[in-house]
Amino acid sequence: MKILVCISNVPDTTTKIKFTDNNTAFDQAGVQWIINPWDELALTRALDIKDAQAGMVEEITVINVGLAATEPTIRKALAIGADKGIRINAEPKDAFTVASQLADVISKESFDIILCGIESSDSNGNNVGGMLSELLDMPSVSSVSHFDIKDGKVELKREIDGGQETVSTPIPFVGIVQKGIAKEPRIPSMRGIMGARTKPLQVIEAIQTETLTEFATYDLPKPKAACKKIDPDNVKELVQLLHNEAKVI
Amino acid sequence: MSVLVYTENWDGKFKKLSFELVSFACEIAKTLNTNVVALSIGKVNDDELNKLGTYGASKILNVQNENLINLNNQAYTSVLAQAAAKEGATLIVFAHNNTGKAIAPRLSVRLKAGLATGVLALPSNFQPFTIAKKVFTAKAIANVVIKTPVSIVTLLQNAFGVFETPVAASIEAFNPEIKDNELKTEVKDVNKVSGKILLTDAEIVVSGGRGMKGPENWGSIEELATLLGAGTACSRPVSDEGWRPHEEHTGQTGKILAPNLYIACGISGAIQHLGGISGSKCIVAINKDPDAPIFEAADYGIVGDVLKVLPEMITAVKELKGN
Repeated sequence: MKILVCISNVPDTTTKIKFTDNNTAFDQAGVQWIINPWDELALTRALDIKDAQAGMVEEITVINVGLAATEPTIRKALAIGADKGIRINAEPKDAFTVASQLADVISKESFDIILCGIESSDSNGNNVGGMLSELLDMPSVSSVSHFDIKDGKVELKREIDGGQETVSTPIPFVGIVQKGIAKEPRIPSMRGIMGARTKPLQVIEAIQTETLTEFATYDLPKPKAACKKIDPDNVKELVQLLHNEAKVI
Repeated sequence: MSVLVYTENWDGKFKKLSFELVSFACEIAKTLNTNVVALSIGKVNDDELNKLGTYGASKILNVQNENLINLNNQAYTSVLAQAAAKEGATLIVFAHNNTGKAIAPRLSVRLKAGLATGVLALPSNFQPFTIAKKVFTAKAIANVVIKTPVSIVTLLQNAFGVFETPVAASIEAFNPEIKDNELKTEVKDVNKVSGKILLTDAEIVVSGGRGMKGPENWGSIEELATLLGAGTACSRPVSDEGWRPHEEHTGQTGKILAPNLYIACGISGAIQHLGGISGSKCIVAINKDPDAPIFEAADYGIVGDVLKVLPEMITAVKELKGN
């Protein structure tokens, strides 16, 4: 089987978020970029399956829609263990554009399993995986917290509100994965980092696409009023405040 | 023209979140001078369906189809697309839950309708349709402009509230066409958590972190939660250690919650955790480290040993409830 993992290039989660141009653009100055955490977990799970079942997974490819500056992130995915990388040379303007670019490339290849993280930590969209599956006219399973291949068949568990379901799907399909799919993301080894330099990273020129949405302006959350501290010897006061002042209990 | 709402049911019953979606749609429909159509899939009786009218749904499309007992992303997308076309929907509203996240993006492509997910409030503008959502894991808010004639949104739970606007609702059986090739995924087994308050549904959440020292100390969290009718949650290290199940993990890569009250017990408040709780109306922090970042996010705080404070809190809540 051939697995494709779609990866997003996002600011490190500890980045201080600032905006420029009258709050219309994210200020990228000094930002460290990483693989989107959910995408990294998806890649980790794909690698775990490949390692556990020799011969079952033929190849793992990572794909990213981004300009040249995202290549270090793709190289990191190669260092973690992906076999090859693809970068579609386009600015990821909105989720529909990204999904359209991905769909165009994927439809010309033959991937059996396409994995996406459930959201990216920058736009928090939950969009691309579902949009991609619809553009490719493939089944999709979302909120996937476990994924395995047994006897050539795909087994998934997905989270529902109030429980979990075991789902089967034919291939090809799009799996939209969340927390639980892998415990910890893999850390590249020194050998992996050295090897990543020579792994293939193909750059594909973008097609013409359109956007359906635009992040027009940004706001920072209003600063919160200072925390009201209560004496640890007077816990009763806290409960009274929650009842009488905050009116939440 | 109409505003279409997908109202999910759980074993034939709607939850507060379904009523919140209808309330939200109703407020928008008033501005647009149109009506709200709710779509229900699965076995729900008329009494239950009529409840949607209390919150402003004037028409309820009732879909009963053996093939739609479990969520199937492709087939559900088809149902919604056909309902949207039939009702001339200019806005389609979903919950920002597992189901909404699964269907809304597919529907966005099917209808070529712009999608804004996890929205926080009513649209700030209708021409063009502009609506606020959290980005950068709740560290900022983006005002999203949808450029297409039809818009789709998923509403963050508890962001709007439930408001009654009673109207007479008509219930209409709706039989959309489902193609065989849209039924490729199959649910083999369903494992429901019963008897527990759903975290995303809970108005009060009691949550524990590493400061709880170990799973053996969770009794007080559960007792307080039971007293308050609250759900229980935890921080990432706690679920990673296996002290608590993954479903309880709240934060950037876990659940995003917006309860009325979030009580953080022995949680330091790493930025990833705060990203999952910043929508809470009121945050209480109990932590022995006065410099823990959780106090910056909290409304009320106690600097002290959570294992000593919790039993006292339980006593105080019992006294309050006794009155």
